[in-house]
Amino acid sequence: MAAPSLRVVEAGARVYRRTFRASIFSAFVNPALYLVAMGIGLGRLVDTSTSGPSLGLPYLAFLAPGLLAATAMQTGAGDASYPVMAGIKWRKSYQAILATPITVRDLIVGHLGWVTIRITLVTSIFAMFMVVFGATSAMQAAAAVPAAVLTGLVFAALVTGYTARLKDESGLANLFRFGIVPLFLFSGTFFPVEQLPALIRPIAYATPLWHGVSLARGLALPEVGFVANPAVSLAYLVGLAILGGYFAMRMFRKRLIL
Amino acid sequence: MSEPLVEARGLTKTFGDFTAVAGIDFEVQPGEAFGFLGPNGAGKSSTMRMIGTVSPVTSGHLTVLGLDPAADGPTIRARLGVVPQENNLDMELSVYENLLIYGRYFGLPRKEIDTRIKELLAFAQLEERAKDRVEPLSGGMKQRLLIARGLINTPDLLLLDEPTTGLDPQARHLLWDRLYRLKREGVTLIITTHYMDEAEQLCDRLVIMDKGAIVAEGSPRELIAAHSTREVLELRFPPGDEEDRAAERLQGIGSRIEVLPDRVLVYADDADEAEAQVRALGIMPEATVSRRSTLEDVFLHLTGRSLVD
Repeated sequence: MAAPSLRVVEAGARVYRRTFRASIFSAFVNPALYLVAMGIGLGRLVDTSTSGPSLGLPYLAFLAPGLLAATAMQTGAGDASYPVMAGIKWRKSYQAILATPITVRDLIVGHLGWVTIRITLVTSIFAMFMVVFGATSAMQAAAAVPAAVLTGLVFAALVTGYTARLKDESGLANLFRFGIVPLFLFSGTFFPVEQLPALIRPIAYATPLWHGVSLARGLALPEVGFVANPAVSLAYLVGLAILGGYFAMRMFRKRLIL
Repeated sequence: MSEPLVEARGLTKTFGDFTAVAGIDFEVQPGEAFGFLGPNGAGKSSTMRMIGTVSPVTSGHLTVLGLDPAADGPTIRARLGVVPQENNLDMELSVYENLLIYGRYFGLPRKEIDTRIKELLAFAQLEERAKDRVEPLSGGMKQRLLIARGLINTPDLLLLDEPTTGLDPQARHLLWDRLYRLKREGVTLIITTHYMDEAEQLCDRLVIMDKGAIVAEGSPRELIAAHSTREVLELRFPPGDEEDRAAERLQGIGSRIEVLPDRVLVYADDADEAEAQVRALGIMPEATVSRRSTLEDVFLHLTGRSLVD
């Protein structure tokens, strides 16, 4: 099982070598823009505000690990949406792959394996910027990366399965509009979920991003700690990633093995 | 005769209420070029996908290379070459990279792939384009690259689904020439097509499919001998004119008459003699063509419809 899925990872890397220029730019520029605008610009206002509750730490330090996890989510969801639709429908490259000894299982494992490498790359660059801007120490930023990568993998797996069910790309726009963007805004990335009305809070607690943010923040800022039990978060995310992987395999079989 | 490479008995494929393949029997022998001829929707591609082990058999029996597609899919696919109907090359990559990546999916070592790519580029007449991206290549070049890709693992059996659909005549002839070469090298080919000329050019043996069933089987020559006359006289009448009336009066000439929307076909072993008989009756068509019978005539006779609508 391992070797055939590695060939799918290898193919992903070869295609990426040809196309990385467009995405690597945003991988470097986005963290810088977000950390400057939100962390430093908005952060100055938040940190000097005297009314209302206080975070007890610089806003930049609070924000950065949350953004790290959210960036992983966006990368995972992004790589599992339009590119997967292209593989299934537009370019039919999955059809070409499945005509070889590669099975659906190999394909999904290899695809998610490659996306994991991509997320690792993007979040590592982000972590570097966190250190450069003084949001946390190098060791702690590095410790937060695996938590973010796991969060990204969960979304990659779930979105791959979701995309395989879609007839056309309009469902992808909805996924980002009604799924990824609200999660980005309300999962504790920009402010603690405790700021939300009590009625809505349980929804936030159920989202994978909230657990990912809690893990990343706890690891990046040991003095702040985890808002959720880290063992529960870890189990939840690992469980969802595995479940998502099986869901993706099922949907691929349904769509491609007719 | 040696063990068949593909053997189907009562092979059936249904999608919900729709029966795409309705219990067909056939065998493909090593070294032959075997064809599925039929109009769009006849069940050719569904059959092809089952042979390619990417579509589960609904019922009936199918072995490919002596193995069971349901149990041994990856093992079978390792020895198959597949040329799909729709181009699914990687447009962002070069010709060379497309072949390399595909070879890697088969787990072939890099060195072996490199040697193989050199041979295949020469075969596909794409040596000069090796480093070029695939996107701007002509339709014929892309199709030749697809065939080269399908041969990367030196397959025992090459499946070609509508290999020349959408190509101009020159590109088609070049492609036929390449396939003919493969055939001479002993590669077993299975071809689906709705072009009777393609089937005649390439297939040693073929089955004619219609609505999921096989309606006839044999070599092109045998099929024509069994289901048509040697020659055909085509008569064209002015539009809306006495076509039907003429057809009535033509009864008795040749062995069979077919009235098509735009012409009347008289099946006879000697078309010139038939034309003399037509003129002797005082029937004056606008134009006449005498030609040899083709697989199109066989299909028309067996189903009452044309291959290409």
